[in-house]
Amino acid sequence: MKNFLLKTKKFFSNMGTKISEWLDKGNRTTVLFLIPYVTMFLVFIVLPIIIAIGLSFTYYNGISAPKFIGFNNYIYLFTQDSVFMKTILPNTLLFALVVGPGGYVLSFLLAWVLSQLPHKSRTVLALIVYSPSMTSGVAMTVLWKTIFSGDEQGYLNSILLRFNFINEPIQWLQSPEYLMPVMIFVTLWSSMGIGFLAMLSGLINVNKELYEAAYIDGVSNRFQEIIHITIPSMKNQMLFGAVMAIVGAFSAGSIGVQLSGSNPTPQNAGQLVVNHIDDYGILRKELGMSAALSVILLIIVYIFNRLFTRLFSEREAKKNVKATK
Amino acid sequence: MSKLLNSSRFNPQKFNRNQIVFYVIMIPIAIFMALPIVYLFVSAFKPLDELLEFPPKFFVRHITFQNFINLFEQSGSTGLPIYRYLINSIIVTSIVTVLSVILSSTAGYILSKKKFKMRKVLFEINTLSLMFVSCAVVIPRFLIISKIGIINTLFAHVLPLLAIPVGLFLIKQFIDEIPNELIEAAKIDGAGDFFIYLKIILPLIKPALITVAILAFQMAWNNVETSNLYVNKEEFQTFAYYLSTLTNNSNSIAGAGVSAAAALIIFVPNLVIFIFLQAQVMDTMAHSGIK
Repeated sequence: MKNFLLKTKKFFSNMGTKISEWLDKGNRTTVLFLIPYVTMFLVFIVLPIIIAIGLSFTYYNGISAPKFIGFNNYIYLFTQDSVFMKTILPNTLLFALVVGPGGYVLSFLLAWVLSQLPHKSRTVLALIVYSPSMTSGVAMTVLWKTIFSGDEQGYLNSILLRFNFINEPIQWLQSPEYLMPVMIFVTLWSSMGIGFLAMLSGLINVNKELYEAAYIDGVSNRFQEIIHITIPSMKNQMLFGAVMAIVGAFSAGSIGVQLSGSNPTPQNAGQLVVNHIDDYGILRKELGMSAALSVILLIIVYIFNRLFTRLFSEREAKKNVKATK
Repeated sequence: MSKLLNSSRFNPQKFNRNQIVFYVIMIPIAIFMALPIVYLFVSAFKPLDELLEFPPKFFVRHITFQNFINLFEQSGSTGLPIYRYLINSIIVTSIVTVLSVILSSTAGYILSKKKFKMRKVLFEINTLSLMFVSCAVVIPRFLIISKIGIINTLFAHVLPLLAIPVGLFLIKQFIDEIPNELIEAAKIDGAGDFFIYLKIILPLIKPALITVAILAFQMAWNNVETSNLYVNKEEFQTFAYYLSTLTNNSNSIAGAGVSAAAALIIFVPNLVIFIFLQAQVMDTMAHSGIK
């Protein structure tokens, strides 16, 4: 025992001298420069994830100490919480599948068109396309609420009424069947964000000689050109755009609650995992359950990203195989 | 010849006839995308009778500042004047913008130019956290914020927003392009890390710094969540949050004018800043690839 203590003491004092030697070798600034970012990163990004994972295995109401209950929260969510399985999970997947890939493809196509215009008009048009994404939901909710307002004063309703497309005003934001489409529309409208800018600048900077070579090699139309030249040579920007699109799609959760003005949304029509997290955590004070949902959401986002990355690297691999043949 | 023309289609120098088709596609889309924003501007300057008009007209006929005057005559539920929210927003946003740029650039310099064991791992972790969805962990963040005792203070606004993984990512990719020889040469001349960071790195990565500043600005300026969850004291809440309470409470058309005015105050700084700095952002984005 004494021996062991001595050994550990020696180990730590050795480590201490090693660290101070390392610091003396001009690494002081390395630590000094890294520490602020790393601390903030650990405290507000890594630690919350760890806490969420830990709490997800407990019952915790925010007052008494958390009680370990194993996988019960997860089991409850997947077997008992009918709202979660029947509406929220399908809602979230539908929303993310349309808004994520949809917004991504839209961003790429718009960027592709823009990249073939001269600098001045490109800048102006890109600014217009990008501007909806500059403000988060809030500022824009004001706007959408007047446009989609449920009475005949609502802008959309009044137009549709005037042209006799509908006979009576539609409750865009309060009726279960329209809320989700409106949410998807609004989010798509504002999805040309930083990923769009990355892809646009990737497109502009593709080496032009590649295109010339491709046409000599027999690429004969625009579609082939996009698949074989454009996308592979801006693969990095495409990946960056994909990650941003996926994260954006899953973060946009509060839009339904903001538009309809209530959590839960009418008949849970616009309810997404993010809202369910708030519902459990803030309204019902079931923090353990809320944490389990957080973990599920983070895992879903991670899986989506993996799938996307895989998709790209596979295409790349196939291309390489072709090239070696 | 046609092949060569084809290949110079991207990033063209000037107008040619082949571009007409792209204008035909792009201009209607741009108008469609701009319409809601134009509508926001228009409603903010509409007098009450034009807001209540039926059927509603798109454009404003008599421009008025009454909505803005009404907005600033309002006050929070405890009688806090509106400009206090605005001042809070300005304070929080400026601190977040400045500090997050400093944090990401110092860390970016180290991760790009220093050789040590953890370097690769740290950057990998940061790249992985690009996928981080912050609204998933509001509750654990709440626990942390209350544990370190900054609940109901301005710190609660600032600290959680300081580490921006995308920011570090973009800056690090940008610094990677700076040749190592430049830094070696400075070292031979006796320059220390602080000197190199201040006099060599920072001037060369201006576009990336500006991009991160814009991202940080947008995050902080538009942030509602913090005031909603972590700051219950009205005197520390932000303007974006006040706007969100406006839209939740008033569904009437009359309130819409005031809300539109407030929304415009949130939106316009975003727009102006981006218009002036868009060239730098595009420059940074060229380096944005995930390798």
